Order: sequence, then C-alpha cells, then structure tokens
Amino acid sequence: MKVILNGEPKECPEGTTVEKLLELYKIDKNRAAVELNLQIVPRKELSVCMLNDADILEVVTFVGGG
Amino acid sequence: MLVADRIEKKAEDKKLKIGKYEFTSRLFVGTGKYPSMEVMVEALEASGAEVVTVAVRRVKISESESLLDYIDAKKYKILPNTAGCYSADEAIRVARLAREAGMSDMIKLEVLGDEKTLLPDPIETLKATTVLVKEGFTVLVYTSDDPIIAKKLEDAGATCVMPAGAPIGSGQGILNKNNIRIILESAKVPIIVDAGVGTASDVTIAMELGCEGVLLNTGIALAKDPVRMARAMKLACESGRLAFLSGRIPKRLYAKASSPEKDF
Repeated sequence: MKVILNGEPKECPEGTTVEKLLELYKIDKNRAAVELNLQIVPRKELSVCMLNDADILEVVTFVGGG
Repeated sequence: MLVADRIEKKAEDKKLKIGKYEFTSRLFVGTGKYPSMEVMVEALEASGAEVVTVAVRRVKISESESLLDYIDAKKYKILPNTAGCYSADEAIRVARLAREAGMSDMIKLEVLGDEKTLLPDPIETLKATTVLVKEGFTVLVYTSDDPIIAKKLEDAGATCVMPAGAPIGSGQGILNKNNIRIILESAKVPIIVDAGVGTASDVTIAMELGCEGVLLNTGIALAKDPVRMARAMKLACESGRLAFLSGRIPKRLYAKASSPEKDF
C-alpha cells in the first residue's frame, strides 16, 4: 500500500504500524512526534496504530531555532 | 569565612521560577544559525544557559544527523518554539506536536504577523495562549513591548511574558526601555526580554531594568566568535542582575564630588 510521509509517497506492506514505518525510515521515535491524517498519535500508541492505504503522515522533530 | 566567600555569598540570587521549573542561569539561548554544531555546543556551554530553544520541523528522511545528538537533555531544559507560525491554529498544532515529541510541557509561543517584520500578531498570540494554558502547557509567550498586550497575556494565564527588545535578529538592543519598565511595574509573572539583542550591553540593560532573564540567539550565533560572545552574554546577564539587585544611585543633573571638598 501507499502512504504519504512528509509529503512524499512511500510504499509499505499491509499491516504496517506507525512504529514500523518509523523504523523503516530510520526515524528515532523518541525524538519525533507523529500526526496521522492531522491527528496526533500518542507515543504509547505508535506500536499499535495500523496504517491504511492513502494515510497521510507528518513526522516532526527538533531543529536549531531561537 | 574568607572575604571572597562572603562576597560570593552576598551575590547569591534566588532561582528563576518559570511555573514548576527553577533555573540558576537567567540567560536562555537559541540553537539556530551557528556556523557548525561543534561551535554551538561550545557556545551553549560558554553561555552558562540551562534553557535552550529549538524549533519544530518535518523530519528530513534522508538526514541521519539530529540536533538532539548535540544537546544533552540532562544538562539543558529544551524549550521548543512555534517559530514560523502565523496563526493561533498553526501555533497550537506545533505546540501539541512539540509536547508529544517528548521534551516537556514548556512552549515558547510565537505567532508572527508577517514575514518582513517578524513582529508578533497580538490577537492570534492571545488566542493561542488561552487555548494552550487550558491544555496545561507552561506558556512562555513572545510578544511586542506593548504593556497592554503583555498584561492581557499574563491575565490569559501565560507563565512567562517575553517582550521583544527589538525585532527578531535585528540586533538593535532594547529600543523602548520605558515600555519594558511599564511592563515590569505591574507584572506578576517573570518578564524575559526575547529578541533584538545585539551585544552584551543590551543584555545588561534588560537585566538592570529588572527583567528576570534574557533569551537570545542571533547575537551569539552570528557573532564572529560565537563562543567568546556567549561568555560575554553570560557575564553581561550576571552583571545586569547584580546591578539591579544592588540598587543603583539616582541620576543627578549636577556633579557631586567623590573626594572630600575641604580640610587640606
């Protein structure tokens, strides 16, 4: 299936959880926050939250700023 | 007790309280625009800061390096900002994401009016403050030096109000000391000057006025020698605070001799 991760289409197998997707793209879940279809996914739900085809994910982290 | 110890003891200050958090250093430093991560690490160390600000952005999937590899979260309290937001809704979204990313409930709320001036939008800022306070955030809110809006933000439940000395990154210093004085006169929450600081004396001025702290980024990050400037800012902050606590002499129009005028 296909999901949109930070604006880019990405392929992932059926039954992928948010946590698995982060692992797949080497994103440290401890330093990131995830929005799935504009809803924040609480950290403790990352491992159980299943992705569906055409889901839109925004994953943010911290960068330098003032 | 040695004289030096006694002097040191006299210089002791109460801690800066921001809601449930306490800090010894009154200088908050940003993490943007340094020539390299290594320079940033040294500059943060030299500044003595305990609170460092960060921005929230999309993860770049191809990039493996992270800012957080360079900031020891045990040593620094990380204060995420909502920089780049131009409406209350956007800022609220970023604040929620920042909290979920796991740093803390502290947020530097900044809602800007336009890209040219980067001046705060007071109406959207007030709206966002009200919502985030209700959601349990510790809100440190960036605002202009207008005393009326500063008061309204405090009344809306902001934990700390942070008026700009001058526009972001402008290095113009504290442009309207009188406004900062008026804000300080009635404030019951800590007032921290945020933005506009160009050099050490700007920090001292803010602290001498009675501000509880100063937050800056560009003044250090873009100095020719950021590490040395960071140390200058630290000393300036301490100097200004000590001078404020010491009670300065009143200004006089005419001279007053320091040496005895008679008895030669």
